[in-house]
Amino acid sequence: MKSILLKDARIIDPSQGLDTKADLQIENGFITGISAGLQAQKNSEQYDLQGSVVAPGFIDMHVHLREPGYEHKATIATELHAAAAGGFVGVACMPNTNPAIDDTSIVRYIKERSLKVLDGLVDVYPIAAVTKNREGKQITEMAELSGAGVVAFSDDGSPVENAQIMRIALEYSKMFNKPIIQHAEEKTLTHGGVMNEGFISTILGLPGIPSIAEALMIQRDIMLTVYCGGRYHVAHLSTKIGLDLIREAKRNGLPVTCEVTPHHFTLQEEEVKSFDTNTKMHPPLRTQEDVDAMKEGLKDGTIDVIATDHAPHSYDEKEVEYLYAPFGIVGLETAIGLSISELVKPGILTLPQMIEKFTVNPRRILDLPHVMIKEGEKACLTIFNPDEEWTVDINQFKSKSKNTPFHGHKLSGKPVGIVNNNAIFIK
Amino acid sequence: MSLTSRHLLGLQGVPRDDIIKILDSAVSFKEVLDRPIKKVPTLQGKTIVNLFFESSTRTRISFELAQRRLSADIVNFAASTSSLSKGETFKDTARNIEAMKIDMVVVRHQSAGAPHFLSRIVEANVINAGDGRHEHPTQALLDIFTLREKFGMLEGKHVCIVGDILHSRVALSNIYGLLAMGARVSVCGPATMIPRGIEKLGIEVYYNIDDVLPQVDALNVLRIQLERQEGGLFPSLREYHQYFGITRERLEKADRPVTILHPGPINRDVELSADVADSEHSVILQQVLNGVAIRMAVLYLLSQVK
Ligand SMILES: [Zn+2]
Repeated sequence: MKSILLKDARIIDPSQGLDTKADLQIENGFITGISAGLQAQKNSEQYDLQGSVVAPGFIDMHVHLREPGYEHKATIATELHAAAAGGFVGVACMPNTNPAIDDTSIVRYIKERSLKVLDGLVDVYPIAAVTKNREGKQITEMAELSGAGVVAFSDDGSPVENAQIMRIALEYSKMFNKPIIQHAEEKTLTHGGVMNEGFISTILGLPGIPSIAEALMIQRDIMLTVYCGGRYHVAHLSTKIGLDLIREAKRNGLPVTCEVTPHHFTLQEEEVKSFDTNTKMHPPLRTQEDVDAMKEGLKDGTIDVIATDHAPHSYDEKEVEYLYAPFGIVGLETAIGLSISELVKPGILTLPQMIEKFTVNPRRILDLPHVMIKEGEKACLTIFNPDEEWTVDINQFKSKSKNTPFHGHKLSGKPVGIVNNNAIFIK
Repeated sequence: MSLTSRHLLGLQGVPRDDIIKILDSAVSFKEVLDRPIKKVPTLQGKTIVNLFFESSTRTRISFELAQRRLSADIVNFAASTSSLSKGETFKDTARNIEAMKIDMVVVRHQSAGAPHFLSRIVEANVINAGDGRHEHPTQALLDIFTLREKFGMLEGKHVCIVGDILHSRVALSNIYGLLAMGARVSVCGPATMIPRGIEKLGIEVYYNIDDVLPQVDALNVLRIQLERQEGGLFPSLREYHQYFGITRERLEKADRPVTILHPGPINRDVELSADVADSEHSVILQQVLNGVAIRMAVLYLLSQVK
């Protein structure tokens, strides 16, 4: 189809150690030229990207698309628009839909729906349930699901509680080398909890979720991984003690990886004092010490991935008493801004390091094709302006739901657009 | 002469001067309650809604009586519903009631923060009559009022709150109010019922009632909820009574008289033995009368805040 010329961008591709200022020519979805002073061809669309960074396309490996089953919260169409607006060329979607993603027909349904959105601009990688209907009793037909293109297995929303089931899942998944993504929560310790347990939950009179509930499950799962193999990935890590366990496991050479959400490296439990239900999520906002540990873990490489746990809930569902509000916030459209503001500007991560956590590492964990900014390669790009200052405004969100604690926050670093599958989206 | 806030959501952060204003005003209203005609026109023409999402006969009756004594018009709204059930949401209920042009809302709810939420969505003054395990400010004010009557002043007096601190809304409000008034505050209960970090509020924590008893001027004995035993936080009422029950025998070991408060209703011979509940050092019935006076004072003072 078309020819696109991106002018004057800073091109960063950490996998090649590339960081250069140049123009980038794209034809029929492939990169055909990278150098300074490229001339626009006759029919080519030209974008002036002075001040912007062009990077390999970002993946958000933890997204709740809500379809099928919860279309009042979000649909595949609305959330893929949000992904594009947030600078993501691909999302991995969690299986806690209704019905759950536990057989190949749902996988096909989601893939087909996604192809109709924005001309298939945003790739969708379904994550299938570990257990049938996410009930924790019997594993799904993992081999067949793998064949149908799922990228990982998770019962997210709930943990795989039963140790024997977790053992079976880790062993069985070895046959097709897919990771098991655990929502790490020892449920017998968290029953009824709505926020981090500690002094703040005490003075707010809210039931607590202790940090050890996360760490205990991680500890158990690491021992299972040592014993029976498999690849283990911890979703939405939130605690320092959990992080320390993963650091130790990695030091021992275990196939253990993890992700952190932007809210867990930005906000701490004091936010709950507002009783704003957009501060209620699973795992909960933790202490400042935990927030600092998340940043440390990103810096030293213990934390591989930044993923949002994008969890849309309708306005009415969140506009209730704190105890009764559902857990979760949207994240696709604030992830880049929060990461640059909280990590890059304060010098915790360099831009190339941040880019690795949005593209190189999640692609490696999910075993997705590696993308490079190189002549002859497919054009799969995320474009963002790292210096643009902006104020988060939920009315500008493309997501069907607006549940975020970041409304009104001033951020630096804003997504500009994406290029993928021979299509372009520029804001 | 008016309070610094137009709502009473809790005692956390309420300035000492505001607490004193409420206590002093309650003294005058208590005099009214001693008159042959126990009614004043203070809130004539004002409409107050008692919005109870959790049943609490005592608190509701106390508020209702206070409102009647002040000549307010009253609407009682009791709902066992929460947004978990299919009924109307809390917000819709609140909006509907507001549409009827009401001036004040008294709210009791299972969820901490529900009064705070309400204060954001209605124009009326909001009074927290107990939110989850968070706060119950009028209960604490009446406890403090009762103690001030007894002791004259609270500076340096040691009040120990005994029982299930974790699930108590009375404990936190009492801690804030008593500390603001210069009292020494401690809590005592089974370790499973002492919430984490509570000592950071500037109070002492005891697990053995006999350790703290010799030092205290008053005990505020909380009601033990039977469902906590079912939740496994303590093994039996028998053992609870043995280790934390306030008995005459225990009290006799203290070298000074210990004033006994209880927010009611009492489980006799569980947290409090019958002879202690009815003893000369028990101020439990004064608390009930003072509750009406305190609530009159709170309603009156909040109605004055612009
Ligand atoms: Zn989760």
